[in-house]
Amino acid sequence: MAKKKSSLVNMVFTLFVITLVASAALGYIYELTIEPISQMKESKKLQAIKIVVPDFNNNPSADMYKISTFDGTDSLECYPAKKDDELVGTAVKTYTKNGFGGLVWLMVGFKTDGTINDISVLEQNETPGLGTKMTSPKFKNQFKEKNPEQFKLTVIKDGGDVDAITAATISSRAFCDAVNRAYQSFKNKGGNK
Amino acid sequence: MNQWKNFTKGFIKENPVFVLLLGMCPTLGVTSSAINGLGMGLATTFVLVMSNIVISLIKGFIPDKVRIPSFIVVIASFVTIVQMVLQAYLPALYAQLGLFIPLIVVNCIILGRAEAFASKNGVWSSLLDGLGMGLGFALALTILGSVREMLGAGAIFNYKFIPANSDGILLFILAPGAFLVLGYLIAIVNKIKKQA
Repeated sequence: MAKKKSSLVNMVFTLFVITLVASAALGYIYELTIEPISQMKESKKLQAIKIVVPDFNNNPSADMYKISTFDGTDSLECYPAKKDDELVGTAVKTYTKNGFGGLVWLMVGFKTDGTINDISVLEQNETPGLGTKMTSPKFKNQFKEKNPEQFKLTVIKDGGDVDAITAATISSRAFCDAVNRAYQSFKNKGGNK
Repeated sequence: MNQWKNFTKGFIKENPVFVLLLGMCPTLGVTSSAINGLGMGLATTFVLVMSNIVISLIKGFIPDKVRIPSFIVVIASFVTIVQMVLQAYLPALYAQLGLFIPLIVVNCIILGRAEAFASKNGVWSSLLDGLGMGLGFALALTILGSVREMLGAGAIFNYKFIPANSDGILLFILAPGAFLVLGYLIAIVNKIKKQA
């Protein structure tokens, strides 16, 4: 087939048709996948909530409420976990901007007395093999059953109580910052009331 | 016979990673484990095959001066499709590959094959070329990822063969390890090619 001439009309028309078809196809696929994507995110969130708070039987997503952060610049999502209508804990979705590879999102579970029940990492882009160890139980478990009133949420190097990950102090600091953000904001709001 | 060659040349003779040295960014970036390498390789294969097919079909309608923008639009569309499908059905892999999925758009192999092969050949040859090149790319990334995972984490395809609480040689998971392993693999491939 002979090539089309590169006249202005030809070029504009060709690009127009190609982009039109491409965007139509993308729109269609977007419609197809939007449902599974949101479901996946929802179930991932629920899984994280299950890990960090004691056994519950309500739907935390339905009872979700927002609290403003302690410095008042943003808001965090709180998921109350109830067993037979009695509050057993609250999962707070928190973040930090201090990560080595951008934002780190955590789900921190508080018991009714304000102690940390468990922490789950939702999203992180830390250095593989170093900062990613923040997801390992060895690091996370030191927060378990600790009340931030007595347990200072900074790494030992900065005068706190958190044993930092070897060779990943920045990631450890970021982790502490996120947990601290959750705790301070949660406390400001009156804790588990 | 000729068609067979179109398919097989991507594996060793014109392997995109080891011989053409194209697409180095994802090659070095995502191969910290075998499964990541394989996932990235297969995602790229899909985009390569689809864009090769479409471009060989529409090549007659595209004026020469706008062929690169046209190719890029086609490639970008398929990459976005891959991204959305992965996000919907393989979220774990999507979380691992993350940023590197959109970067397939600018992977030199894909535009390279579109320009060098699909815009000059028929649909069937272009399909085989894309498939061969893509699988060659996937093979190279999987080998690279396996070696790095074995040395760096003492595991293969997430199956750990050293004691659970011991670590591998961390260097191989990090960026320098990618360069080291790639260098040695290229040397081995060169040796094989010389003997063949």
